[in-house]
Amino acid sequence: MKEIINLPVHSIEEEEYHINMGPQHPSTHGVLRLVVTLQGEIVKKVQPHCGYIHRGIEKMCEKDTFQQIIHLTDRMDYLSAHINNHAVCLLVEGALGIEVPERVKYIRTIIDELARIQSHQLWWSSFGMDLGGLTCFFYGLRDREHILDIFEESFGSRLLHSYYTPGGLMRDIHPNFQKRTKEFLKYFRKKIRDYDKILSGNIIFTERSKGIGTMSKEKAINYGVTGPSGRGSGWACDVRKKFPYALYDKVEFREVLRDEGDTYARYMVRMDEMRESMKIIEQLIDNIPEGDFTAKMKPIIKLPAGEYYQRVETARGELGIYCISDGNKTPLRMKFRTPSFVNLGVLDIISRDMKIADLVAIGASLDLVIPDIDR
Amino acid sequence: MAFNIYDFTSFNQSIDQALYEWLPPFWALIVEMTIIGLVFLLAYAIVGLFLVYAERKVCAFMQNRVGPNRVGPYGIFQTIADFIKLLMKELVYIKNSDKLLFNIAPFIVIIASFMAIAAIPFAKGLHAIDFDIGIMYVVAVSSLGVVGVLLAGWSSNNKYSLIGAMRSGAQIISYELSVGLSLLTIIVLAGTMQFSQVVEMQSTGWFIFKGHIPAVIAFLIFLIASTAETNRGPFDLAEAESELTAGFHTEYSGIKFAFFFLAEYMNMFIVASIAATVFWGGWMPFHVSGWEGFNHVMDFIPPLVWYFGKTAFIIWLMMLFKWTFPRLRIDQLLNLEWKYLLPINLVNILFMAFIVLMGWHF
Amino acid sequence: MNSFYTYFAEIFRGLKSLLIGMSVTGRYFFSPGQIVTQQYPENRKKLKMFDRFKGDLIMPHDQNNQHRCTGCGICETNCPNGSIEVISDRIELPDGKKKRIIDKHIYHLSMCTFCGLCVKTCPSNALAWDQTFEHAVFDRSKLTKILNKPGSSIIKDIE
Repeated sequence: MKEIINLPVHSIEEEEYHINMGPQHPSTHGVLRLVVTLQGEIVKKVQPHCGYIHRGIEKMCEKDTFQQIIHLTDRMDYLSAHINNHAVCLLVEGALGIEVPERVKYIRTIIDELARIQSHQLWWSSFGMDLGGLTCFFYGLRDREHILDIFEESFGSRLLHSYYTPGGLMRDIHPNFQKRTKEFLKYFRKKIRDYDKILSGNIIFTERSKGIGTMSKEKAINYGVTGPSGRGSGWACDVRKKFPYALYDKVEFREVLRDEGDTYARYMVRMDEMRESMKIIEQLIDNIPEGDFTAKMKPIIKLPAGEYYQRVETARGELGIYCISDGNKTPLRMKFRTPSFVNLGVLDIISRDMKIADLVAIGASLDLVIPDIDR
Repeated sequence: MAFNIYDFTSFNQSIDQALYEWLPPFWALIVEMTIIGLVFLLAYAIVGLFLVYAERKVCAFMQNRVGPNRVGPYGIFQTIADFIKLLMKELVYIKNSDKLLFNIAPFIVIIASFMAIAAIPFAKGLHAIDFDIGIMYVVAVSSLGVVGVLLAGWSSNNKYSLIGAMRSGAQIISYELSVGLSLLTIIVLAGTMQFSQVVEMQSTGWFIFKGHIPAVIAFLIFLIASTAETNRGPFDLAEAESELTAGFHTEYSGIKFAFFFLAEYMNMFIVASIAATVFWGGWMPFHVSGWEGFNHVMDFIPPLVWYFGKTAFIIWLMMLFKWTFPRLRIDQLLNLEWKYLLPINLVNILFMAFIVLMGWHF
Repeated sequence: MNSFYTYFAEIFRGLKSLLIGMSVTGRYFFSPGQIVTQQYPENRKKLKMFDRFKGDLIMPHDQNNQHRCTGCGICETNCPNGSIEVISDRIELPDGKKKRIIDKHIYHLSMCTFCGLCVKTCPSNALAWDQTFEHAVFDRSKLTKILNKPGSSIIKDIE
């Protein structure tokens, strides 16, 4: 806390000027507005302004039943839509004490990891693009298409699936699901080498990312930076390890940690996480047990009165859902602790005294999804 | 010599003589200048539009896409359609901008690149003007474009534009050194600055083979520095799409934007043709001394094919750079120039001078 | 001497990494067989969507122009954003009982979020997803659809 209190308050000085990055700017990935105080090329201060895509999801949740809330959580962090849905499902199942069938757990874990891979693929694409390597964008999207096809075949949509329901799944997976997933893993193991060749090893890239936006472990903990961004600073904050849900306590995977805390570390954590996710899927894909795809649920779900909290690890970090129920079929209050919003807080402090080009790189390395910030 | 079968000198002279017999000398000169101007203007537009198309196709293939394929077969008329669209677009008036400079800037940029094209020999006898200091003229004129870029950034009344223009200024001033010095390496070898003589001297072997190691180093440095000088990726800091939206031409629209756009591609063409002319023999066919039959066959390939083939290859290399690498940061860009390219270049000239003195070149 | 060595080692390492990157893009440039782009309007005939694709909500009718919807309104209550309106009617059967039938099953495509709750919760499986995806129209009102066809009736054994 000491560090936060001692944060130097920056007031505009002579020879400094403001520049508005966003809400329409190619590298803010949406409608984030950053008011950047610059001295020449050097960033002196970054003030994020949120709210351009605020839809009031938390308020809308208060009039929806728990089955209906699912489709709203899709629209927060649309790149890890499945994982957001998972959080709501786990919250309801935990509150009602429902044990979901083993098959559901397997499928949910596999799909969560697929969602994580496709989110990281898109992040890799846009990261390359933010640094000026436009070709990365197309390679990433080309490979992401394979996962989206798997999703579309089983769930009927490519981005906003609403596939999980409290107690299980909307419908069973498609018969082709396992075959296609295995094909994808084989394909992507080859293609991820291209990723390393074109970006990870490139001298321009390493020069642009090493030592840029260094965030110490203390800073990461103080600001609550979770997910790959926090793990790049050496903070072991993976919810999948700390508070295992679904099958994460049964599968073997490594929590990727790096100590440097710079943009390059955050980049490498995500690259390694894609490989770890593939490992998890490989362990599970052949062993999906037969059984129901949903537990027995009443058509109207009423949570017992009380307070509930559920956390999951999305592709960006820890998503926490805090819910107060008064025993009705709709929650009294829902609060989402979204990872992008919290991670955005550190942007100012780690990009000070960097160049404006570094600000873009740092912003991309935090992997912000703007609807996740504004909700 | 055999390669004179495609000589344009006598053709040009006959036109020149006919005009002077037909018209008084003053008017003959005017007519000649007009013809040359029109020919170059047409060539300029065609090459520029074709390069835009080529770039889009090349980058599409590198990215597993097909690129433009709707307008005409394989989309070859796409850029023409784009150009017509840009012609018809509104020229947006910017509040509080310096109107005079804002309007002049795109013309300065395009005139600079238009002037540079004059000295380039496309084939024997096929150049507008054959200076005895041709290389120096091209280097001097092509660096004028930065004035237009700076004016555009300054007059736009936009901070993004200003940052882009300032970056461009720092970049071009420093990389101009490397371009000049790497060309100087070849001038040391050739002993002349006249383009026609530089090409003529390569009839027995291109300079990149004649000058071997120092020439190859000079070529690599020229390639890097000239990519930077034309504001292309990975050195496109002045535009820096992901940082400065569009850099110095953020506020331009319509045909003024098209001028910047065309000038960028024409600068690339000019730089590639200088590299082709100085290092790879220009329109000179590929000759191996001693292989008379082989040389004779090579002579039958028209010089324009040789010239455009070499230029196209170097342009392709520059496109490969752009579509592979991430962008450098401004301080890294200057580091690369002042810490790496410039010292290597200076040592390289010394090396080349030594080789020329000792007669170790081929 | 050491710094001299590192200076050149750095240059060559950098050049090598750049060449590796260029080899990737260069390889793709010379292998146009790997192009993944689909030519959309041309491949319209061949294009087949996945059979679970959520394109448009429909109410399947059989050859006798009969559907399975009882007009219970569960889809309407389950829809999170009110894109379904069921207008039902009561008719008197010949044996004197009253029966509820649908008059209009109105579906607003423009408001639909494709969450699939209506299809999932329908007790008589009257709703289904269609695989059409070309929804562009010139008028917003065309996106409001009446799912039951005119003159249709309910299949006998559905309660």
